[in-house]
Amino acid sequence: MGKKSNGNAPKQAFFNTTRAFKKSLPILIGVLMLLALADALIPKQAYRLIFSGNWFFDPLKGAVLGSISGGNPLTSYVIGGELRQEGVSMLAITAFIVSWVTVGIIQLPAEGLMLGKRFAIVRNAVSFCTSIVIAIVIVLTIGIK
Amino acid sequence: MIKKMIEKVEVGEAFFFLVVMVYVILGIFDFVLLTEVLYVLIRLIVRIAPILLIVFVVMFLTNLFFENKSLSRFLGKGSGFRGWVIAIAGGIASSGPIYMWYPLLSDLKEKGMKDSLIATFLYNRAVKIPLLPMMVHYFGWGFTLALSIYMILFSVVNGVVVQRLARRGPQG
Repeated sequence: MGKKSNGNAPKQAFFNTTRAFKKSLPILIGVLMLLALADALIPKQAYRLIFSGNWFFDPLKGAVLGSISGGNPLTSYVIGGELRQEGVSMLAITAFIVSWVTVGIIQLPAEGLMLGKRFAIVRNAVSFCTSIVIAIVIVLTIGIK
Repeated sequence: MIKKMIEKVEVGEAFFFLVVMVYVILGIFDFVLLTEVLYVLIRLIVRIAPILLIVFVVMFLTNLFFENKSLSRFLGKGSGFRGWVIAIAGGIASSGPIYMWYPLLSDLKEKGMKDSLIATFLYNRAVKIPLLPMMVHYFGWGFTLALSIYMILFSVVNGVVVQRLARRGPQG
């Protein structure tokens, strides 16, 4: 699919990658700093109180959290991974990771303007629901809750 | 001058400086706690640094072998089964923030691209091959593989349902 034939391609690809990386780095480091802060300040039991392991409410809470957040998927993996270490269920984490990318409350006005209001609302609503369904199906498939 | 400086600062940088300010304030009030937090932070960075390097290399290879413009050629109206395949592959191969793709998709929509293919393209942006090492690192191969497969399958379901609910009929 569109292999670049230009001799300058590796240089350009390296430049583009560095630029994309540099752009997401402050957010990633900022998130890591917040995670370190949360790790030291929030008692471990707090996560278990919010995410209780319920088959419906855990993915629902995870999906809500992922929908209002956004940015590089990498950040969602880091947050999800750290939440897992705190004992949060894979139901919540999966819904969180999926909705992080597929649902964009912050980008909704831009999406509505460019692709149509109805399309944007329907797509985000359907993606929100499927993030919960995917979370349940994945946990049933791999057998870890 | 301050106004110009503020205009130049991007959202990501502003977020980073805000978090740094939180650290500075924490250091003023409780230096011992700050040391503890910094220790946790270093541990976190050391843990993800090698994975970030792999992510960088795969991103470089994706940028080297794929072009944004060439993806648009295969997503037009009447693309049929090939359209679905290209929407899925294009979504996976696409990089950068989601809003970067709105102008291109808007242009294709005007040229007759179906809502279902747009929704499928956007859904598959969640499957990011360069980021898979990070996902494997945190959740293991089983989860990563299962999630990737389900995401691709559900992207088609998502596309079909969006098409129906957007009331443009199954053909768009």
